[in-house]
Amino acid sequence: MTKLVSLTIDGKQVTVPEGTLFVDAAKRVGIDIPVFCYHPKMEPVGMCRMCLVDVGRPMIDRATGQPVMDENGAPKIQFGAKLDTACTTPVSEGMVVIGASDKVKAARKDIVEFILTSHPLDCPVCDKGGECPLQNLTMAYGPGETRFLYDDKLHLAKQVPLGELIYLDRERCIQCGRCVRFQDEIVDDPVIGFFNRGRSLEIVTHSDPGFDSVFSGNTTDICPVGALTTADFRFGARPWELKSTSSICSQCPVGCNITFNVRREAASGGKTVIKRVMPRQNETVNEIWICDKGRFGYHYTESDDRLTTPLIRKNGELTPASWDEALGLVASRFSAAGEGLLTLGSGRLSNEDLFNLRQLTEGVKGKAALYTHMAGGDLTAQVGVAPGTDFGEMGKGTAILVAASDLYEEAPIWFLRIKQAAERGATLIVANARPTKLEAYASHVIRYRYGAEAETIAAMTVDRGPTTVAGHPSSVADASKAFAEAENAVILFGSDGLGLEGSQALSAACANLLVATRHVGRANNGLVGVWSRANDQGAWDMGLRPLTVDRRPELQSAKAIYVVAADPFGDDPGLLATFNLQPATFLVVQDLFLTETARRADVVLPAQAFTEREGAYTSGERRVQRFYPAAPARPDTWPDFAITAQIAQKMGSILEGRVPAAVFTQIAATVAAYAGLSYRKLAETNDQWPSVGSGVRRKGLYFSGTAYENKQGVGIHLPLSPTPLPPVNMQSFHLQGEGLLAVPVTCLYDRGQTVYPSALLHQRIGEVWVALHPADAERLGVVANSRVSLTLGGAEFDATARLDESVPQGVALIPRSMGIPINGPEAVEIRAGERVVL
Amino acid sequence: MLKELGRGMWTTLRSMFEKPVTIEYPEVKRPVRARFKGRHELKRYDNGLEKCIGCSLCAAACPADAIFVEAAENTDEVRFSPGERYASTYEINMLRCIFCGYCEDACPTEAIVLGDNYELSFTDRRQAIYPKEMLLEPVRGEGKTTPQKTEPGEFIRSIPLMENPKD
Repeated sequence: MTKLVSLTIDGKQVTVPEGTLFVDAAKRVGIDIPVFCYHPKMEPVGMCRMCLVDVGRPMIDRATGQPVMDENGAPKIQFGAKLDTACTTPVSEGMVVIGASDKVKAARKDIVEFILTSHPLDCPVCDKGGECPLQNLTMAYGPGETRFLYDDKLHLAKQVPLGELIYLDRERCIQCGRCVRFQDEIVDDPVIGFFNRGRSLEIVTHSDPGFDSVFSGNTTDICPVGALTTADFRFGARPWELKSTSSICSQCPVGCNITFNVRREAASGGKTVIKRVMPRQNETVNEIWICDKGRFGYHYTESDDRLTTPLIRKNGELTPASWDEALGLVASRFSAAGEGLLTLGSGRLSNEDLFNLRQLTEGVKGKAALYTHMAGGDLTAQVGVAPGTDFGEMGKGTAILVAASDLYEEAPIWFLRIKQAAERGATLIVANARPTKLEAYASHVIRYRYGAEAETIAAMTVDRGPTTVAGHPSSVADASKAFAEAENAVILFGSDGLGLEGSQALSAACANLLVATRHVGRANNGLVGVWSRANDQGAWDMGLRPLTVDRRPELQSAKAIYVVAADPFGDDPGLLATFNLQPATFLVVQDLFLTETARRADVVLPAQAFTEREGAYTSGERRVQRFYPAAPARPDTWPDFAITAQIAQKMGSILEGRVPAAVFTQIAATVAAYAGLSYRKLAETNDQWPSVGSGVRRKGLYFSGTAYENKQGVGIHLPLSPTPLPPVNMQSFHLQGEGLLAVPVTCLYDRGQTVYPSALLHQRIGEVWVALHPADAERLGVVANSRVSLTLGGAEFDATARLDESVPQGVALIPRSMGIPINGPEAVEIRAGERVVL
Repeated sequence: MLKELGRGMWTTLRSMFEKPVTIEYPEVKRPVRARFKGRHELKRYDNGLEKCIGCSLCAAACPADAIFVEAAENTDEVRFSPGERYASTYEINMLRCIFCGYCEDACPTEAIVLGDNYELSFTDRRQAIYPKEMLLEPVRGEGKTTPQKTEPGEFIRSIPLMENPKD
């Protein structure tokens, strides 16, 4: 327990833990000390001098060591000769801090005047204007007039692209270093830095491509001026014109809380469109950060390629039809199919959609399946992390095992939070077949060969520990000892190099390890799935289960297939060949776009994007969170749960199809883990620190940036399933065959339907690639960055070869959703293409 | 009785030779006062570039919410105004406008000015929304119309150098 210290700030008594900085202590009691360079999430540097305060300490009699008393019996306070910076001075007992005296006011006035000497004052054209800490603090503390001459202002480059996502305005920069410190301290992607000194100091990027970090957008939030702005929102609107709606990011299982800022746009014909995505504070999920995929990837929802009308196949062509006709046809064919109905939903859907899907399917005794390449969602419901879990609290005494996951690419915010936990003293164990970014912070690194994921984790249970990694002195034995002895332990398992079969084995091994080491049923203990979609966990909870590894038998035996928010044939043309053998199968696709699967469908139903409707997602940590409609829906589209309900109605069963809250009430009544939950409970919030303030004139924005206050719900962590864990049979899984092995890996920016429509990200997405070890490449005669052709599963593909020392020998990494269909590890043949170095 | 009638007739007769207070509108138009607040005009610089930078402060100041502004970025090939930003959409709903002149006050570049024109009539609500093309003043003298192709580096400053008001 840290010692508490009492002090007086502007006449108010404050009691805070020892070591707290003044600026934070003052904020706790609602006193705002102005800052530019200080940020509550980062180490203080005291660069801007804006937070000057008058600090007095009790006088101590040197002879006795006792405080000197004045005539009234109160301790005598001695003030320093000069002012101190509130952001670098920690509190001590009996201190008196004055932040409102004339002396302090005069000092702050001079600092503002000084900062403004070379500020261009182009607030009218600045994207930050209106939510700018410099504007606000100038109005509050500034002199109103300057004694400097406008003619002598420093004029610098105005629009310097640091990368294709972030622009720098050198004139506006006040050199506080928040962006540089964020990239160094918080993210550890030191791709931007200071160059030169004094008046010539400038922010530069030293990566190629520029500002190569997936967290780059956050620097624009914490920039206290308009020096860093995003290319996406450039001149998009003024902040006070924007309306904000709370939502949940749908790109990965972290479930970051976001705010959509919307405004009517003339360019879109007067429609209300999303102008920007901002982080919304949730200290237990994403703090005040989001990754660039979440920030810039939303454009698919407003793509012109969206489906806007139901389509029915007539004479071999998909032709527009009325909802009534389409739904009637679907309902009659589904009723006829009965047990032969196969429903395939994905984690892109909300809980309400998935619940209705299952209700409809089970109404005719069909099979509701989850479209995924990962298993283990049933295990996370039993041995998952218990309510109260917070990566932000983890530190000493906690072990975190990250198995088969490249978190930086799969779930960037978890990467950030686990990295920080490791820096606070948590024991981080990274088990992967290849080096990942997270290993730099790991206490133990376990390296296995692809295919031995489950074996390796199982070895940790029985403490055999044979494998050692060159350069890492620790072994599996050390890692498993550290894991077993830790007070709390969490495992995150991903799908790096794994298909469904491998994922089944790995998740079982992880669950067994947690049970064996008794790290279950408590907060900050348990299993977390790094799913590929936002609501995969919710889909498991709603009772959807993956198809078999082969998938073909189910597709072949189905009389009608209802594919919702998934594109199995686009992802795997091999499946299409199987499907084509079944001309009688009735295929219904419900999606946002005319996907490859939809092109083959008999009926296509246009759904609404998550930005246009209400719903709830369950994150990988099993936190249920609500999202709200931000933009108006496309005319003649419906939310997924409503379409399903209307089909059900025509089939003669009643499902809730109007109010998502009512569907959720049914979920709460049916699904044990969701018992007692309601939309109202999901909308509850709590006090969070650091406080970011609310509204356009939010007071806290200079303190912690332009992240939005959480006013519409922090979500509720689901309790664990009360059923005792059955012993999990871990199926052993071995790869067969010789030669080069292709393994699927996840990369953050891919060519998926929910990413690629964002043109801004195309440069980061790049060409479809395959990564090889240089030794393998040499053997195959493949040159770096050359085109290669590869044979995978009987089909031919072209790709650009990337040579990477970190790829294990004998393995070719193939990114998912980039154009080469790959479900799991399989043999591949690679031939060098024409030798043109791109 | 006759006396009163005679006085009345005299008044009539006298007024026939007086200068009339009415004018023959619309053939004749009365000049407006110096501070008259009529229909808005978006001003140009002498070279034809628009003064408006699309900052939307007029819309923020407007008590009737009559102004809608959307901004976009200038390039040297397609330049509407000096600096980085120009108004790609600028609309005023004249039915909403109360001609208070707050927009003029708020404008940092003196781009929007309430002019002399008071002849605003519409037969349709849509007609009352004046787009940028109607609000922009015509190009004068040597100036060229916008968009212009300009030399790189010539108009990079976002606001014309700030000076104290002259008059």
